[in-house]
Amino acid sequence: MEIVRLRVNGDERVCGVPAHYTLLETLRYGLGLTGSKQGCDKGDCGACTVIVDGRAILSCITPVWEAEGRQVRTVEGLADGTETHPVQDEFDLNGAAQCGFCTPGILCSSVALLDRNRSPSREEIRTALAGNLCRCTGYEKIYDAVEAAAARLGG
Amino acid sequence: MGRNGRGAAAADGSAREAAGRAERDGRGAPLNTIGRPMRKVDGLAKATGRARYTDDIRLPGMLHGKILRSPHPHARIVAVDTSRAEALEGVHAVVTGRDMPTAYGIIPWTPDEYPLCVDKVRYIGDGVAAVAAVDEDTAIAALDLIDVTYEELPAYLDPHEAIAAEAGPYIHEPRKPGWNGNVTKVVKLAFGDVDAGLEEADVVVESDYFFEGTTHTPIEPHCAIGLAEGNGKLTVWSATQVPHYLHRELARVLDVDPAKVRVIQPPVGGAFGGKSEPFDLEFCVAKLSMTTGRPVKILYTREEVFYAHRGRHPFHMKYRTGATREGMLTAVDAEIVLDGGAYASFGLVTTYYSGQLLTAPYRMPAYRFHSTRAYTNKPACGPKRGHGSVQPRFAIEVQLDRIAERLEIDPIELRRRNFIGAHTRTVNDLRVTSNGFLECLEEVERASGWKRKHRRLPYGRGVGVAGSTYITGTNYPIYPNEMPQSGVQLQVDRSGRVAVFSGASEIGQGVDSMVAYVVAEELGVPLEHIRVLAGDTDFTPVDLGAYSSRVTFMLGNACIEASRKLKAKVRKAVAEAWEAKPREVLLAGGLAVRAGDTGTSMPLREAFNLAEAKFGTLGATGSYNTPKDVHGSYRGATIGASPAYSFTAHVAEVEVDPETGFVTVEKIWIAHDCGRALNPVLVAGQMEGSAYMGFAEALMEEQIFKSADQGRAGLHNAPSLLDYRIPTSLDTPALESLIVESIDPEGPYGAKEAGEGPLHPSIPAIANAIYDAVGVRMDSLPFSPPRVWRALQAAAGGRWAPTSARAGRVAAVGVAK
Repeated sequence: MEIVRLRVNGDERVCGVPAHYTLLETLRYGLGLTGSKQGCDKGDCGACTVIVDGRAILSCITPVWEAEGRQVRTVEGLADGTETHPVQDEFDLNGAAQCGFCTPGILCSSVALLDRNRSPSREEIRTALAGNLCRCTGYEKIYDAVEAAAARLGG
Repeated sequence: MGRNGRGAAAADGSAREAAGRAERDGRGAPLNTIGRPMRKVDGLAKATGRARYTDDIRLPGMLHGKILRSPHPHARIVAVDTSRAEALEGVHAVVTGRDMPTAYGIIPWTPDEYPLCVDKVRYIGDGVAAVAAVDEDTAIAALDLIDVTYEELPAYLDPHEAIAAEAGPYIHEPRKPGWNGNVTKVVKLAFGDVDAGLEEADVVVESDYFFEGTTHTPIEPHCAIGLAEGNGKLTVWSATQVPHYLHRELARVLDVDPAKVRVIQPPVGGAFGGKSEPFDLEFCVAKLSMTTGRPVKILYTREEVFYAHRGRHPFHMKYRTGATREGMLTAVDAEIVLDGGAYASFGLVTTYYSGQLLTAPYRMPAYRFHSTRAYTNKPACGPKRGHGSVQPRFAIEVQLDRIAERLEIDPIELRRRNFIGAHTRTVNDLRVTSNGFLECLEEVERASGWKRKHRRLPYGRGVGVAGSTYITGTNYPIYPNEMPQSGVQLQVDRSGRVAVFSGASEIGQGVDSMVAYVVAEELGVPLEHIRVLAGDTDFTPVDLGAYSSRVTFMLGNACIEASRKLKAKVRKAVAEAWEAKPREVLLAGGLAVRAGDTGTSMPLREAFNLAEAKFGTLGATGSYNTPKDVHGSYRGATIGASPAYSFTAHVAEVEVDPETGFVTVEKIWIAHDCGRALNPVLVAGQMEGSAYMGFAEALMEEQIFKSADQGRAGLHNAPSLLDYRIPTSLDTPALESLIVESIDPEGPYGAKEAGEGPLHPSIPAIANAIYDAVGVRMDSLPFSPPRVWRALQAAAGGRWAPTSARAGRVAAVGVAK
């Protein structure tokens, strides 16, 4: 066991993990933040996507040590207190989450996009989500939700 | 008329304008909730990371399990020595096939697999032993310490070779002496005089087709947790879509009193048919927990998900189709070999479905099919979205395109002429009720601009059409019984909150939301006052599971029945207070209102309280069972029978690069007759997801295995999401949903299925569009660049001459057989 210090969703967290743990394993099994999902454990599916220093990254292929000293934001940290992020609300309104398993990763990719581009085109949304596999929706409803969220954010 | 299912649910969940018209039920009464875009009951939980899937559950003292898998495609197990693994620090238990020697199978007539292999392994990846250890690392280390001695046997990878085998060792023991143990099932059925039909036809088209195997790849890998308690109680949490069948099989195979078994189904992260039978991990977590007294979890790796498979069967198909000069079908004759993999799974049903589900939406005066399912030494195939009927649908819809071309009839017009109609029987005696197929054709024809595109686009660009039908649930359960297929139970709190206990499986399709919409509609309760408590066999009535597109139709009807029973009590109690007649009491918008006197009303909570005072604790049950007069009486007539059928038409537009063979699908227009869209946003989501999955099978996906000359016979070619490519956002075409509502007389508010039917036409529509674009017939899946390029090469007589071909549409390039 090694001690790792992380800044997750604004909280300073300390956790003992095996030295080979990834950021995803640390979040899920060390800190109990099970919102981020494991779909492939190889960086292929994007279900584990979290935001580190403003960039969407694959936490399942990120050694936890690389996240030390950085700002980690997960699906649990997207809401502002009791207010859900507009993109979370729009996912519900637009039926963008069916099984919901890819959703946390897609939300993180979407928020990272919207944080740097308030009025993305549909093509820019498509490109930003290219690393997140969704097996349920055919992606259309997801684009609708991100576009609606951008509109609400005043993009 | 079509609706596109766009327009999000309004924030207050009651956007009446969004639907664009007043919804009415079958008796003309207005609908308040049904038919409108609404939030999902689990939408926010899924959008905030709060939804707890199986692997998100951690129990105190939980051990981690791992399964040792066979490195051989076919071998006898001579000996298994677990002593070194058991001696490893941190290992709590090791179990092998001998600890659970009871055969099981989802179909009661074909039990041919064991939780872990007992005497033989039948594919690379077959489970042999399982360990429970203090953590995952230790469990993985322990697997390396299990010594298995195998005696390798010749492997069958080709279904035709398996069927041709004349002597053992077969993959399974023959069920009777002299039979071939490599054959799961043979079905031969004939309706009408096929030979005469072909004889009198003006045109007969004969072609061979091959549908490659594909797999579901839900993003959530299978996961299960077992907890055996000292009192004999066994609880299993599992990412399953059939908790009831799992419940039965756990009890039977592990020899536990079923009344002591509890199956809990947390939210499931995608299934598509891939989690619709028991798997080795569920038996193993239960057995390991019974052995250790501790909770045990097993989570499949992505590689193991590919081995678990149960996906689309590869089909080798030969079709002969006859038609008159006017394009009317005279006969269809089919010969099909199904490559089933190592176990039967649902294969008995698949073999029937390969023929039985083809007999609509077109009238076939005569029809014959001969289907044989072979065992092979590969992961078992089973039901994937559109079970058993996606493959023959590909073939028949391309056959129709060939006939249309030969007769110079527009392919949409040809399909119209052969329309079977509503309220009729098919040639194989299936009862068809509502049928909106003509409207589906009209919608895709209009929306796609078909008339100005078909045969009119420049070389390299084309459009194609295809139609289909699918069942709305199977008429009979998997094990014969007279009990309902679906049930719900309502319970009312004094606060006005209504709880619905539902045994149905939420796998992302929105069933829990559907339950809430129906109960809200019937009782007039606001959606936020409804709790859906689902997927726990300890407190929910039995529902058979999320398969065969049965849930909305069956559970929806059960919800209506339960709600109306409860409503009757409430109306009676309120009527008494108002000195009115019960039928004068309306429940809507959170109120009880007196008909014709809107000044007289009370909050529903008070109405419920009055009813509780009068009748005692408030609750009601509802159930649904299928009608029994919907099929013929011949052997096999019940398989394919359904209380209602959905209908779909697609137009696909493609661009083919003749230099590389790369096909880009620009757009798919999807028109689907779902009976009634209970929530158009969710229906459109099912249609788009289906079309996406069909597109993926058409162009990209292949569940294939290495041959001996590729180094290792039977090894999965690419068991990862990097190599088994499923479409990303950049690969997926634009998808436009066009909802058609035929209002089925028996469906809840007229609803039928939407989750599987809309997959079918994607594949033939794309094949037909490729033909329109470049004049080559793609009869083998997938339409990947090498295959399309080779077909273009062959059509050009081996000369690679795309430049000359581009000069104009060259009719001679593609010669229909």
